Amino acid sequence: MTSKANDERKSDIVYDVDNLNLWYGNDQALRDVTLDIKRNEVTAIIGPSGCGKSTFIKTLNRMVELIPIVRTSGEIYYHGNNIFEKTTRVEDLRTKVGMVFQKPNPFPKSVFENVVYGPRIHGIKSRKVLEEIAEISLKRAALWDEVKDRLHDNAYGLSGGQQQRLCIARVLAVEPEVVLMDEPTSALDPISTLKIEDLIHELKQTYTIIIVTHNMQQAGRISEKTAFFLNGEVIEYDRTEMIFSTPKDKRTEDYITGRFG
Amino acid sequence: MDGRINIRELIMKSAGGALHRRADRIVSVFLLLAASISIITSIGIVLTLVTDAAHFFSEVSLRDFFGKNLAPLGSNPSFGVLPLIVGTLASSLLAMIVAVPVGLTAAIYMSEFAPAGLRNTLKPMMEVLAGIPTIVYGFFAYSFVTPMLMKMLPGLEAKNVLSAGLVMGVMIIPMVASLSEDAMNAVPTALREGALALGSTKLEVTLKVVVPAAISGIIASFILGISRAVGETMIVVIASGSSKKLTFDIMQSMQTMTSYIVEFTGGDAGSGTTGYYSLYAVGLLLFIFTLIMNLIAQYISKKYREAY
Repeated sequence: MTSKANDERKSDIVYDVDNLNLWYGNDQALRDVTLDIKRNEVTAIIGPSGCGKSTFIKTLNRMVELIPIVRTSGEIYYHGNNIFEKTTRVEDLRTKVGMVFQKPNPFPKSVFENVVYGPRIHGIKSRKVLEEIAEISLKRAALWDEVKDRLHDNAYGLSGGQQQRLCIARVLAVEPEVVLMDEPTSALDPISTLKIEDLIHELKQTYTIIIVTHNMQQAGRISEKTAFFLNGEVIEYDRTEMIFSTPKDKRTEDYITGRFG
Repeated sequence: MDGRINIRELIMKSAGGALHRRADRIVSVFLLLAASISIITSIGIVLTLVTDAAHFFSEVSLRDFFGKNLAPLGSNPSFGVLPLIVGTLASSLLAMIVAVPVGLTAAIYMSEFAPAGLRNTLKPMMEVLAGIPTIVYGFFAYSFVTPMLMKMLPGLEAKNVLSAGLVMGVMIIPMVASLSEDAMNAVPTALREGALALGSTKLEVTLKVVVPAAISGIIASFILGISRAVGETMIVVIASGSSKKLTFDIMQSMQTMTSYIVEFTGGDAGSGTTGYYSLYAVGLLLFIFTLIMNLIAQYISKKYREAY
């Protein structure tokens, strides 16, 4: 069900997922997932609860392996390199593929320390450079104006929406290529949600974004491509306007028209 | 109502509401009583210590009390407690040198690195270690550790503060490990995930996110460990002896505040004598020591707290 335009060049493909299966113990959560993710596009993953969409994006940076009982089969190529290969350092992968979680999870440190955490662990020590990184990243995350006077206050003093943008800034501070977002607005109010959506629009100039969302209007507003997951399978994967106007599969149509899920 | 039960009516009919309210009040009085027992006891202890210590200080000046000469049973008794303070600090310091690094490392391993199954066996096993009577540790220090150390350190005395301190450290390890592990375990997984997703290694997550977030609990475990060491009695009585000479040589015997109290409650000092009252003065000093330690602990854990 993958729709591939013929003129797509290989280098434009960031992720090439090939027959991915995943089990939690004996429960299969992903079934033969095969799809390509293109550079500088926003790909939305939609589907009802428990359909494997979160599991899928957590597999893309191998965060899913934190659960000890996970097994996988199949391949995921990131720029042609199999991420499950023994030679792939998972830390390197995660440096290039950042992740924003469902609930904002800033560290219990200052705003500044949150943003520079990544650059710091990757060896940048100069205070001046770190300050510059913090400013650039916070500006990219559209948070700078709100926090520039309280960079050294605890991040927990920020509102939920600000915390989530701080988490985005924290990811941008390591200059990833891909940003995975696992329902980043589900814990936020509508205004904060709108700010994050605007931000995603900005970010896709520079980054490849894969976003899981429960909110179909959101998928429609922000994404170029949409994948509809159901029971661990990709039912349909196409340009977003196609999915929402002329879905090919009956189940996709039922879902987007609100008949189930 | 057409044969069905009327829940509202049943609730109104049962007098449960009023009864529960009364029970609530009685229970809260009991809880208050239970809570006050420990407070009242503490106040009682402090009062006894202060009044009897006042007796002592009416006969011995503060200056002599903080002096170097300790000879409570001589014909011309002197009550300088500096040797006791040095003995207490030396043994506690030695204990912490053992307990802090080992305890913290064990805690980090159990909380961040050990598979869940191993952690669930290790932790209870460590806590069993905490249940061994201290007199067993004392005997272990005296009859096993000291002879062993003597082979390496020829100048070591049969009673010495070194082996007492080391064994005391071993005794405190489970406490430090268990409390620190609790503190680290309480750090939300979401923080670890956030750090891992930025490309951190497990060690970086532990040292830069988990330990800082748990630092107040970790420091509290250290301070509780120190308090335990300062108050520990049996091990030092057995393994460190009762030399009242002021020395900084850990290969020699030193008496601690606690073992001084043990020695003199053993009947050497007649009731009503200055020697008898000196027990209360030393007891008060011990109390002030631990109090200060607790205050420091509270201050530090507040100051470095990373509330999550």
